[in-house]
Amino acid sequence: MEQQITKVKNRREIRVIPGFGLSMGVTLAMLSTIVLIPLVSLFTSAAQLSFQEFVEVVTSPQIVSGYMVSLSCAFFAALINTAFGLMLAWVLVRYDFPGKRLMDGLIELPFALPTAVAGIALTYLYSDQGWIGSFFATVGVKIAYTRIGITIAMIFVGIPFVVRAVQPVLEKMDRQYEEAAMMLGAGRRYTFARVILPELFPALLAGFGLAFARGIGEYGSVVFIAGNIPYETQIAPLLIMAKLEQYKYADATAIALVLLLLSFLLMLIINSVQIYMQKFSKS
Amino acid sequence: MYVEMQHIHKTFDGFRASNDVSFGVEKGHLAALLGPSGSGKTTILRMIAGLDMPDSGEILLNGVRVNELPGSKRGIGFVFQNYALFRYMTVAENIAFGLEVQKKGKKEIKERVDELLELISMKELGKRYPNQLSGGQKQRVAFARALAPNPQLLLLDEPFAAIDAKVRRELRAWLKEMIEQVGITSIFVTHDQEEAMEVADTIIITNQGRIEQIGTPEDICREPQTDFVADFIDCRRFQLLMAIK
Amino acid sequence: MPEKLQKKYGPDHGEDGIHSIQKVIEPPKGSTKHITRNILIGISALFLLVMLILPLAVVVVNALKEGWAAYSAALLDEYTGKALQLTLLATAAAILVNTVFGIFAAYLLSKFYFRGRELVATLIDIPFSISPVIAGLVFILTFGSVGWMGDFLTAHNIRIVFAVPGILLATIFVTFPFVFRELFPVMNAQGKDEEEAAGLMGAGGFTIFRRITFPHIKWALLYGIILCSARAMGEFGAVSVISGHLRGKTNTLPLHVEILYNEFNTTAAFAVSSILVILAALILIARNLVEWKTK
Repeated sequence: MEQQITKVKNRREIRVIPGFGLSMGVTLAMLSTIVLIPLVSLFTSAAQLSFQEFVEVVTSPQIVSGYMVSLSCAFFAALINTAFGLMLAWVLVRYDFPGKRLMDGLIELPFALPTAVAGIALTYLYSDQGWIGSFFATVGVKIAYTRIGITIAMIFVGIPFVVRAVQPVLEKMDRQYEEAAMMLGAGRRYTFARVILPELFPALLAGFGLAFARGIGEYGSVVFIAGNIPYETQIAPLLIMAKLEQYKYADATAIALVLLLLSFLLMLIINSVQIYMQKFSKS
Repeated sequence: MYVEMQHIHKTFDGFRASNDVSFGVEKGHLAALLGPSGSGKTTILRMIAGLDMPDSGEILLNGVRVNELPGSKRGIGFVFQNYALFRYMTVAENIAFGLEVQKKGKKEIKERVDELLELISMKELGKRYPNQLSGGQKQRVAFARALAPNPQLLLLDEPFAAIDAKVRRELRAWLKEMIEQVGITSIFVTHDQEEAMEVADTIIITNQGRIEQIGTPEDICREPQTDFVADFIDCRRFQLLMAIK
Repeated sequence: MPEKLQKKYGPDHGEDGIHSIQKVIEPPKGSTKHITRNILIGISALFLLVMLILPLAVVVVNALKEGWAAYSAALLDEYTGKALQLTLLATAAAILVNTVFGIFAAYLLSKFYFRGRELVATLIDIPFSISPVIAGLVFILTFGSVGWMGDFLTAHNIRIVFAVPGILLATIFVTFPFVFRELFPVMNAQGKDEEEAAGLMGAGGFTIFRRITFPHIKWALLYGIILCSARAMGEFGAVSVISGHLRGKTNTLPLHVEILYNEFNTTAAFAVSSILVILAALILIARNLVEWKTK
């Protein structure tokens, strides 16, 4: 009986507002043509390899090292971004100072600046002759064409994700929690660690995840500063590119599939932690 | 703790929240700051707590000027309007927070938490998280948390505002009884005169940042000192209440 | 406790208002809190200077290193003009296609309930989380000579991969969710009462959209278009895979920058980059204006 009522209700809703059929048709048609059908090709192409060949491709030392470079650099970049992103969001929400609006607008620069431009500019800046690179070269640290350079490029593309994830949460956060902690005698550092940080944790995690995922897939801003030394600074997307240039399409697909799987797993882990954290948030 | 405010002035962005506020609350008393919205009562409470600073005037606790003393060092327990329970901590962890800050021993903390859980009759619910509690239960936890570090003064900001009407009356009686049992000087803010009349033994009536009158519920009903008080306070209910008693 | 009750018995709004004004609390000078504040602002400013501003300065300084003549020569170069044209074309295509898609998809997902609604929302987001290189790859695998549509396309003499249509497709793909992502939350928050009321009065779908839905979403739409154009004009990985780098024919500005850079023609590379920096600055300004307008 109850089920019937909801069914009738649903049908009525569809009828009252017109355009269901049309918008459904347009949405699915465009989604399929532009996203779904091309994506299916990824699987049909990978199917050209036998399972053994597939495993052989994705476990060859050069490819594995590519994954490791991408994952480790993206991980450290996301970690550094989480710390600086938290600080930037804090400064932008909690303090007033001249140039604050400019600083806020600037955060978005990595979204707006083409990655290739960022890539060559960062390479110049951090090469041994560059403004910053030359300084580090005198103390014997090479940045461009090393994993440090890759990490820096990934920090560049990832920073807005963390700031923009944390900022709104911090803005909406009720001051009463901090005041309550203070009235109970807690100092500022203790209050931050025990009360504010847990409140921000889901947002920080979301920002970390987005920055991490972006770092893993990033190509334009990284490829110039990486230098592409085999086993040293070759990132996974570059390996796909290299296979394509040798017309080894199936190999390229295999590498791409594993990369997709890794990002998918990452998102899955982060989403489950967030769902777990949500159990505290209704009140 | 004996609380005294002397000639307090406070302005927020051109808005006069406190205009020459002076009053005292005797040790052991339960006082109500009563007034309409925007009359400056919450500001007074927050200045006593050290959450806001007065522009001028003196705040005295036990006769000592505390204007420069941070709120965390004034020995005050504060119950926030929406309780501000830490949602990522259990009920027991919330209550223990103020004791952990003081670096008390594990055993001592546990004993105190158990004692307070018993006091608020929530012994079985120590492991719950705030979002698993009803409004009345949250209120009781907030009360226990504020009491845990043994403050000498308890401040409550609209303690019943967020509780639905049915439970309010019950909780009111409960809170009055608890405060009397603990014997702590307390000040609470309310905009509900019935609440003030029923719970408090001293009522401080505020209006537009000024104190209109201070006195016991009987005094205020018998002799309203300003037109505002006469207009604002409706004593019929109160007289009925007294008659029944 | 129910929100309704909170409203009714709710906090003292007058006084609450005062305290919420105090969002930004400036600690008194000389206190340790004030020192912490200055340190945090200082580190933040330094971080932005090193990570964001210096790269911009590098572009400007290197573009002008050999003087104005070299700079303008690089800009007036025939290939630069063609690359700019293709970049603008690809951006326009991405805006057009993704605006149409974004509106229909957001309307569908916010005004109707149907089975698989969440699945559709997840699928729309896919391009957002895919490496641009993989985005380019899927089009090669579909429309290239090895792709399953490859034979059909060759037979009919249609070129997609290594040609302009491929660039447009790749750009549309990587920006696919941008407009939808801005429209959907706004439409969803607006609910569907107004549309239902209009529908009951007999209004048609187009009238309802134009008169009722659109006024609610116009700023979000503009915002989505701005984000979409930022990404579209700067896309590198995906178009790099699919372009085949035919100079003058399938080069976008970012690809042109790469070619010049790899030829060690750095002045020209940075000169062309400076066009993109200016476009990025315009987009940032537009973004901030829209955000300021809607606040």
